[in-house]
Amino acid sequence: MKILVGYKRVVDYNVRIQVKPDGSGVVSEGVKLSANPFDDIALEEALRLREKGIASEVVVATIAPADAQAHLRNGLAMGANRAIHVVTNEAIQPLTAARALLKLIEKESPQIVILGKQAIDDDCNQTGQMLAALWNRPQATFASKVEVAGNAAKVTREVDAGLETIEVDLPAVITTDLRLNEPRFIKLPDIMKAKSKPLETLQLADLGVASGDTLKTTGYAPPARRSKGVMVKDAAELVAALKTKGLL
Amino acid sequence: MSKILIIAEHLNGKLNPSTARCVSCAQAIKADAIDVLVLAAAPDAIAADAAKIAGVSKVLTIANPANAHALAAVYAPQIVEVASSGYTHVLAPSTTFGKDVAPRVAALLGVAQVSDIMSVADAHTFTRPIYAGNAIITVQAPADQTLVATVRTASWAAAANGGNAPVEALNVNVELPTHTRFVELAQGASERPDLQSAAKVVSGGRGVGSAENFAIIFKLADKLGAAVGASRAAVDAGYVPSDLQVGQTGKIIAPELYMAIGISGAIQHLTGIKDAGTIVAINKDAEAPIFEIADIGLVGDLFKLIPELEAALG
Repeated sequence: MKILVGYKRVVDYNVRIQVKPDGSGVVSEGVKLSANPFDDIALEEALRLREKGIASEVVVATIAPADAQAHLRNGLAMGANRAIHVVTNEAIQPLTAARALLKLIEKESPQIVILGKQAIDDDCNQTGQMLAALWNRPQATFASKVEVAGNAAKVTREVDAGLETIEVDLPAVITTDLRLNEPRFIKLPDIMKAKSKPLETLQLADLGVASGDTLKTTGYAPPARRSKGVMVKDAAELVAALKTKGLL
Repeated sequence: MSKILIIAEHLNGKLNPSTARCVSCAQAIKADAIDVLVLAAAPDAIAADAAKIAGVSKVLTIANPANAHALAAVYAPQIVEVASSGYTHVLAPSTTFGKDVAPRVAALLGVAQVSDIMSVADAHTFTRPIYAGNAIITVQAPADQTLVATVRTASWAAAANGGNAPVEALNVNVELPTHTRFVELAQGASERPDLQSAAKVVSGGRGVGSAENFAIIFKLADKLGAAVGASRAAVDAGYVPSDLQVGQTGKIIAPELYMAIGISGAIQHLTGIKDAGTIVAINKDAEAPIFEIADIGLVGDLFKLIPELEAALG
């Protein structure tokens, strides 16, 4: 069984994003880029399924500018068998990403596609669901547990009401939530090994994908700031303050 | 000339308040019609609740045993069928329900989706958060396509009751997939208010120290009639289950009162609470970032202060 993993490069989790003063975007020059944390979890889950003997091959794919090769090498160092780099210099929107990933599915015929539930840059939380719809296959989003047995997967999902378990026939799309697993650290020898692993490069323009980038971003603004409040010195003062506000 | 379809969220035969929040967003779009679609095995009671929301034009129901559980793959083709009958907008709450189903609907319609609408500038222009709420963007969607969007529920007050909309049962003839099956839902058995919609929330963080110590948070919450939440650090440490997590990747909430106890205030947590009415922070570290946004701050040892607070509450 083959598993395809979506592996997006985003501004690192620890970078505090600033909106440019002129509102034309966010400051991205010189900021650290890393794998989307949910995608690291997706790759880890795929690797574990391979280690259990359920999957035989793990392919990582990204849709990104030409300089994202090092990012894919990280995915290979983590343990993926090979990588596919769909090259585009434009930042694409989820519908386009889903259409491009569908082309990779047609080419690779994976039984499971694992993506992060959302990318921490645009926070859209759409691509996996869109891909499953276009592929006309099941989606198991926000997964915190995945059990593959035969031609189906039992997936526990983190939903607002608690933990929901669904069963999906394969092939299917799974999107990861935070507590699915803890991704492994990359070891130095693996970085060396990754250099010789196959990395295929395709141009997004050559995939024959109709652009779904129909949303126009017309402005960026910093979030409204909450004003700094008051400090109280003990519990009695706190209760008094809450009573004044009519909250007790 | 907007005609809006809102996908109702419900569980155990009860309408989720997120639906009334979507109605508020729809009203900001200045729609000619706001219809609510209820997909369920037995939609009547849910539809009756939806019909009471002021501003709703019509409630549509699709009764089908296959709709007993909110499976996106099953719901989506039915929603698409209804949406294709002249709706300009399809809205769902930005809860795990809406986040799951809306993109599937959008993809089937071949259109983009706007996630997490915070405000409406016009029928096709909205603001939404990116980078965990560190930037708010204005997005413009094409006016010649159906607009599919999720509504950031914390940004919208629930539309009040007082309506009396007609309910119409639909027969939708689309083939439904059987490749996705509901197995079970494990709900934290709780008598406490629901975290997503509670007026008061008491949250604990890493500073609480252990699962056993979390009892102090639950006790205070019960005294206040509040729901209990937690930071990601507390969930990751195993103090409480993940459905209590508040923040970028957990629940985004807007209670009247939010009490952050032993929570330092990582940006990912703050993004989940910044629409709260009043934020109270109790932390032993006076430099903790939570105090930057708290309306009322109290520096000290929570294990000393919480019992004192309970005593002061009487």
